[in-house]
Amino acid sequence: MSATVRIPTILRTYTGGVGEVTADGSTLAEVLDSLEGNHPGIRARILDDAGALRRFVNVYVGDDDVRFIGGLDAQVAEGTKISIIPAVAGGAEH
Amino acid sequence: MMTAVVDTNAAPSSGVRAGAFGNATHLVCRECGANTELGPFYACTECFGPLEVGYEFPTITRMRIEAGPRSIWRYAPLLPVPADIATFRSTDPGFTRLVDARHLADDLGLKQLWVKDDSGNPTHSFKDRVVAVALSAARELGLRVLACPSTGNLANAVAAAAARAGIKSVVLVPANLEQQKILASAIYDTTLIAIEGTYDDVNKLATEIAAEEEGWAFVNVNVRPYYAEGSKTLGYEIAEQLGWRIPDQIVIPVASGAQLTKIDKGFRELIKLGLVDDKPFVIFGAQATGCSPVAQAYRAGQDFVAPVKPDTIAKSLAIGNPADGPYVLDVVRRTGGAVEDVDDDTLAANIQRLARTEGIFAETAGGVTVGVTAKLLSGGLLDPEAETVIINSGDGLKTLDAVSDRVGPKITIPPRYEAFSDFWKAANS
Repeated sequence: MSATVRIPTILRTYTGGVGEVTADGSTLAEVLDSLEGNHPGIRARILDDAGALRRFVNVYVGDDDVRFIGGLDAQVAEGTKISIIPAVAGGAEH
Repeated sequence: MMTAVVDTNAAPSSGVRAGAFGNATHLVCRECGANTELGPFYACTECFGPLEVGYEFPTITRMRIEAGPRSIWRYAPLLPVPADIATFRSTDPGFTRLVDARHLADDLGLKQLWVKDDSGNPTHSFKDRVVAVALSAARELGLRVLACPSTGNLANAVAAAAARAGIKSVVLVPANLEQQKILASAIYDTTLIAIEGTYDDVNKLATEIAAEEEGWAFVNVNVRPYYAEGSKTLGYEIAEQLGWRIPDQIVIPVASGAQLTKIDKGFRELIKLGLVDDKPFVIFGAQATGCSPVAQAYRAGQDFVAPVKPDTIAKSLAIGNPADGPYVLDVVRRTGGAVEDVDDDTLAANIQRLARTEGIFAETAGGVTVGVTAKLLSGGLLDPEAETVIINSGDGLKTLDAVSDRVGPKITIPPRYEAFSDFWKAANS
């Protein structure tokens, strides 16, 4: 399975400035492994020391926030677009 | 130490002038503590944690503040804004009334209660405060477009502030937003873009635009560290209006949680600067049950917040994945407070209660805050003898639907005195 991963500006130092890369895997965890293989060091910025998603990272598989679809076990279909976005944008109001 | 290099595309085209951010000296990561320079940066490159403004304050006196304008700019030395901020065109928000709410206090069984009524701001919500500070940061950083994703109050505030400042604004809203909310922003001649999706989709798109487009200031994204500081002024004003005193306890609505954490920061800064006496204060958070991730985390004893899908009429509080949620938990636990929630029926009833007792028509968030105050009292968490402040963050005219089936004419009669007289006698017998 091959997915397209949108890289936030904050992590483009790992991708040579490229904003979109491809990675392989049928789950988000496998995609991140693939990403790490091609861009060493990037996974540790997305996952904490315990291997869980960092508190302030939002990852979307397609349009779905992965926290609602299994987290790192979220299924990734062929050609899916994955977005990694800093979570600081607070939302609607207060 | 230079760690944050977010949004190089959005970097200012020219150098930032000396004093552009007043007494602010740096940005600091709230998660890992890494420092970075002041700029259009919002996330730490080390850990994605949110950045916050740090300061080196000089001596600031009550007299100097009291001599300032009757707006948030009287606190300019405590904000990331230049000393000449009041000379720039903005909506000049703030210094809203602190209402002695004795009737509501009696109704609730509280000894002393004040309502900080932020519906009195230029676009009728506390959002004018944060947007005014974000506008200053955008101007000083050379950013040319003021933008936001929003479903209501924030869109109004951004569109109005940009109109006043004479700069371009872009407001992204979900396409299915009610017409009255669209009109309330569109009237300022903003570029209002309707997005086919939910608010969460709009927010995600805004974050991507902020990263890709040059010269844009998304107020709650890439200039968020400055924007959020605007909420400190709620804390400053409450203390000043109480005669330079911090209240014993305060109940604050929680959506992203930034308002609550910044009021706490404001109180602590006043203490540190010697502008008020150092005393304990207790901070409580208020959520709607249909979007209560922070209240749930508080009750579960967690220090993280599991996201939820919002389902409440309190749209202005409907953030399922609140960025400042973990920090809200830290603040309420540190001060001995709590986070509680009330359901939609209860919040609507408490909009009526505030209107009936104090003549203040609050939006849904205000109903949540009053309802949670009552719940905290009945649960023994709020001290009925202690001086209490609650925040009303917006105007009920923006959320009429919340009460449209609860209030209306007592009776409809023909235009004849006898009909009126019969009704009046019956009603008062």
